[in-house]
This record gives sequence, C-alpha cells and structure tokens, in this order.
Amino acid sequence: MNIIICVKHVPETAEAEIAIHSSGKKIKTEDLVFDINEWDNYALEEAVQLKEKHEGSVTAITVGSEAADSTLRKCLARGADKAIRLTDKAFEGSDSYVIARILHKVIQDLPFELILTGAQAGDDGYAQVGVVLAELLGIPHATMVKKVEPLKGFVKVNRELEGGLEEIMEVKLPALLATQTGINEPRYISIMGIRKAMKKEIQVLSLKDVGLTEEEVGESGSWITVEKMFIPPVEKKAEILTGGVDEITTKVVETLRGKGLI
Amino acid sequence: MKEVFVLAEHRQGELRDVTFEMLAKGMELSQKTDTDLTVVLLGHNVEKFAKKLTDHAKRVLVIDDARLENFNAETYQKVLTHLISERKPTLTLVGHTAFGVDLAPSLATELDLPLATNCIDISFEGEKLVVVRQVYGGKVNVKASLRKSESYIVTLRPATFEAKGTKPQGGEVIKIAPPFSDDITYKRFIEYFQPPAGDVDITAADIIVAVGRGIKDVDNMSIVEKLAEAFGGVLACSRPIVDKGWLPNDRQVGTSGKTVKPKLYIAIGISGQFQHISGMKNSDLIIAINKDPKAPIFRSADYGVVEDLFEVVPTLSDRLLEGKR
Ligand SMILES: Cc1cc2nc3c(=O)[nH]c(=O)nc-3n(C[C@H](O)[C@H](O)[C@H](O)COP(=O)(O)OP(=O)(O)OC[C@H]3O[C@@H](n4cnc5c(N)ncnc54)[C@H](O)[C@@H]3O)c2cc1C
Ligand SMILES: Nc1ncnc2c1ncn2[C@@H]1O[C@H](COP(=O)(O)O)[C@@H](O)[C@H]1O
Repeated sequence: MNIIICVKHVPETAEAEIAIHSSGKKIKTEDLVFDINEWDNYALEEAVQLKEKHEGSVTAITVGSEAADSTLRKCLARGADKAIRLTDKAFEGSDSYVIARILHKVIQDLPFELILTGAQAGDDGYAQVGVVLAELLGIPHATMVKKVEPLKGFVKVNRELEGGLEEIMEVKLPALLATQTGINEPRYISIMGIRKAMKKEIQVLSLKDVGLTEEEVGESGSWITVEKMFIPPVEKKAEILTGGVDEITTKVVETLRGKGLI
Repeated sequence: MKEVFVLAEHRQGELRDVTFEMLAKGMELSQKTDTDLTVVLLGHNVEKFAKKLTDHAKRVLVIDDARLENFNAETYQKVLTHLISERKPTLTLVGHTAFGVDLAPSLATELDLPLATNCIDISFEGEKLVVVRQVYGGKVNVKASLRKSESYIVTLRPATFEAKGTKPQGGEVIKIAPPFSDDITYKRFIEYFQPPAGDVDITAADIIVAVGRGIKDVDNMSIVEKLAEAFGGVLACSRPIVDKGWLPNDRQVGTSGKTVKPKLYIAIGISGQFQHISGMKNSDLIIAINKDPKAPIFRSADYGVVEDLFEVVPTLSDRLLEGKR
C-alpha cells in the first residue's frame, strides 16, 4: 500500500508568549519552537503502521520553508521512505485552499492508494486541506478518522462525531483520510531511525516545478485573506487570586467554604 | 429574492443545536442584507423537522430520500451542488461539526466558491464578506475577508452563536426531488458506534477536578487524583490525556467527550480551547490553575490561579485534608 502523508510544521503556542507582528497580519515566530502538527504526528504513525502491516511505501510532503525540514526528518526517522518539500517565495500568504492546490499538483503524479492528513492544523485550524485535496484529486475522503481498516478495494473507517459517538463508514480506495488525535500511540524515534533519516534526501520543488502561476498561489489565489490579527477581547474575566502558594490555597479553600462547596 | 441558506444538521432523530444557532445568525444576516432565510433540510422521513423549522425561516427546502437518511458527504454534496447552482444563495451556512468539516471544503471546491471555516463571527461589509476566526488555540483572533464572489460558504463554530427564539416565521415547506439517479458509490454509512460506558459517570458529579496536558507525565497523575479525592470529587480531563491513554475516554470533557455542569469545576493545566470549554462552561463555579496568564481558560473561569500546578495542587490537597481532620 503506497501512502502519502501531508504534514505541516507549526509553532508550539500552548505554553508560549504570543506577540502580534508589526504588520498586524501574523504573529512573531522568532522565539517559538516549531514541530510537526499534533494531528499529523498521529497521521504519520498510522501511515507507518499500515505500511508495516500491508507493505508499500510512505511519502511525506509539506508546503513550507526550509525550516520544515526538521519535521520531514522526523517523518523519515519514524519510518517514511521519501520526503518532499514545496517551497517558494510566492507561496507566502497562501490559505489552506491554496496549500491544497499546491499539494494536488504534486500528488496527482505520484502513485498512491491512500493519503493521510491531520484533521486540522493546530495553528490556524482550518480543517480543510485534506477535503479540498481529495476533491481536486477526484477521490473520496473521510475526516475525523479514529480507526482505519483497509479491505479489498475499500477502507473501513470509524469517524468521530460529537459526544463520543462514532460512525462506521466504508470508503472506496484510493481515498484520503484526515485522522484525529488518539487514533494510535505515536512511537518514539530510535537512534537508528535518526541516523537513517539524516542520510535520506529531501526533494525540494518550487512554484515552477509545481506548475501553478503566481496568481494562483499566495494571497491572490486564496479564498480568504487575513486583514488583521488581534488578541481576543475579554468578555468575562476570572478574578486572579494572588499571593504566594500558601496564601492562594488558603483563599481558594475559604472561597469554596464560603460558598458551601466544601 | 436572494437567499441565505442554512444547512440543517440532524442525527439519530434529533435536530442538532447548531442548526438553531446558525438560524439565529442567518436571520440577522438576511435581515441586514434584505434577503430571505432558507433552511435546507436533507434526510429521510423528516416532515417533523420541516414543520419545526418553518418557525425559524422564510422557507424550508426539503429533499427526502432514503439515500439521505444518514449524513454522507458524497450524497449531501451532490444535492447541495445542485441546489446552490440553481438558486445561487448569497451565503450558505454549515456547522463546523464532524458533518460540516466532512462536507463544506469539497462542496466549495466543486462549486469554486470561497469558503471560510470555523468562524466565530461573520458580517457583510458592503459586498465583502468578513469573518472572525480563532487561531493558535484561541490565543489570537483573525479578522479575514473572503475573495469576492456572488455566493459564499461559511462554517460556523458550534456553541458560539446564541439560538435566540424569534417570532414564528410561518415558513413555507417546499419539496424538491432528489437530484441523483444513481446510487452512492464511494462512501457508504454502515452504522453508529457508541463506545461502552465506564464505571464513573462524570456528568453526575458535583465536584470535578479536570487535568490537562500541563501535567506533563503519567507519573504526575497521582497529584491530581489526590486532589480529586480530597475534594470528594471525580477526576476528569482534556482530550490529550485520553489520547495518551492516561484516563479512559469517558473522563473526557468537551465537544467530543462529555458535557458537564458540576457545582465546582477545577481546570488544572488546561489551556481552554473551545472544544474543551463548550463541555464545561455551564459549571456553577470554575477555578483555573495555569502558569500562563494569557491562557484562554481564564476567559471562562470565575477564579484564576496563575502558578505552577506542581506547587499549587499538592498544597491545596494538604489544605483540604487538614480542614477535614
Ligand atoms: C474535532 C475536535 C474535537 C475535540 N474535542 C475535544 C474535547 O472533547 N475535549 C478537549 O479537551 N479537547 C478536544 N479537542 C482538542 C482541543 O483542540 C485541544 O487540543 C485540547 O483541549 C488541549 O488540551 P489541553 O488544554 O490539556 O492542552 P494544551 O492546549 O497543550 O494546554 C496545556 C496547558 O497547561 C499549562 N501548563 C503547562 N505546564 C503547567 C504547569 N506546570 N503549571 C500550570 N499550568 C501548566 C499551559 O500553560 C497550557 O495552557 C478536540 C479537537 C478537535 C479538532
Ligand atoms: N503547509 C502544509 N503542508 C502540508 N500539509 C499541510 C499543510 N497545511 C495543512 N496540511 C495538512 O492538512 C491538514 C489540515 O490542515 P488545515 O486544513 O490547515 O487545518 C493538516 O493536518 C496537514 O495534514
């Protein structure tokens, strides 16, 4: 089974201080740590497990800057066979629709039975690249995938719905699946894997290689354009309890006692 | 007359809340732009829903067919492509739900219409459609505009718009024949699956101690277990804790987990992304412990403790146990 995974190199922001760039249209990223998108990490593991069970190959593709090589190396170290990076100055400002179009141009010429993406990118949370890509390729898709079972000519998947409910679907192959977190247990990278990955080549392609025009990518090709970024206004604000840890815990206990909760 | 479409979402015999939230927002937009509000209802044996929806819109377009009984992105897309091409609504609203995200991007691609997903606000500025989205886990908002088009598609985040009741609209029900002759070929719905329930029902608890990724390691879980015990409450969590297998899935709070409404909810090392918040925001009292003062959880909490959880949690457990002695 030949599998393609689309991965995005994203900044870790849950624990970081975030500042808006002076353009007002993006955040400052100099001090942030980047890694593979959380959802893609699960997609990667799923791809490698499927390859181990059903043979074939795994190709990891990203649209990003040279810095995204570290994410591709991670894919190679964990079991991907090939890596492709799509990089061009003209790609800057592309929304998720354009990203999908760029990916489409490259993937349409590659052999595959399955494409895996993450359900969403943790940075801008569009949750659309996979589904747009599937439509452009003319193949069926399923999102929010929590379980994958390849059968003859189709794949049986569990899709996660709200409230813990799942639905079981059959999707004809070749297909695109957007995986949800928790679908598997991503493995640790072995030293051997890292050594092997360092030796593998990352193929780099540009706008020209991809075969799209400048107008079709970047802001001009996008469905949506950022006008401004801002820190969300606070509608309801928590009362912050201050003092040392001792004082704070005392305040918590007193408050709860006052309300009859303990 | 131009229209604003709202795609009704239903599952297992129930119209879902997001439908009414979209209708409320859709009503506001249709009034502002002088267009009609139209519900699109796809399903099988859905007369009951159609009738209910007439209260909320000018018309209800119903396509009733056995092949539409359960949501299926393939068949839904066929029908909607047909309807949108025929009637050219200015805007089609779809929920940013497990259904909506499976449908809207391919629908927009097929129709070559601009799409904005996961929006928390939407308005027309003249002909321009402007949306607000949240990025970086809710730490930053983006105001964005869509490429100019005569028709747009937008997915709205659930539990964000208020489903306010309007006076009954007395809408008209219009039945439309299913626009497909062939069978569903690519995607087949088999069945629903409800993972079995565990031994603890967090929805019944008065006090919930909820832990998130800030706990860092499975070995640290004992400190929150101890706090839950000291409170006489139950331990719940955010999604990453279940994904890692540190707690069973029936302890997860949020859109894909449980919705809880305890007297006291203590969120520890949880950033407060909307999928978590929508499962606990109606708790009577919310206390958040997080070392990041900018964490979105503080926008939903009543009290906040901006400290290292590894210092606060054990001390708090001790205080509570002291008090009991
Ligand atoms: C379709 C879909 C459905 C989802 N459903 C759910 C759901 O039902 N429930 C859910 O919870 N999530 C759900 N999610 C995931 C959600 O988007 C977030 O990824 C998740 O809620 C983040 O969990 P967290 O807050 O524990 O982790 P993070 O966002 O990583 O936050 C960790 C927090 O811990 C704090 N912290 C770290 N160390 C310390 C310390 N020493 N002391 C104090 N604080 C510390 C950090 O400042 C940070 O704020 C869903 C996502 C999708 C796409
Ligand atoms: N720049 C990118 N390069 C490769 N894949 C991407 C890129 N952006 C998004 N994806 C894939 O699409 C999924 C959904 O992303 P999004 O639609 O942006 O939320 C991600 O989990 C990735 O698998």
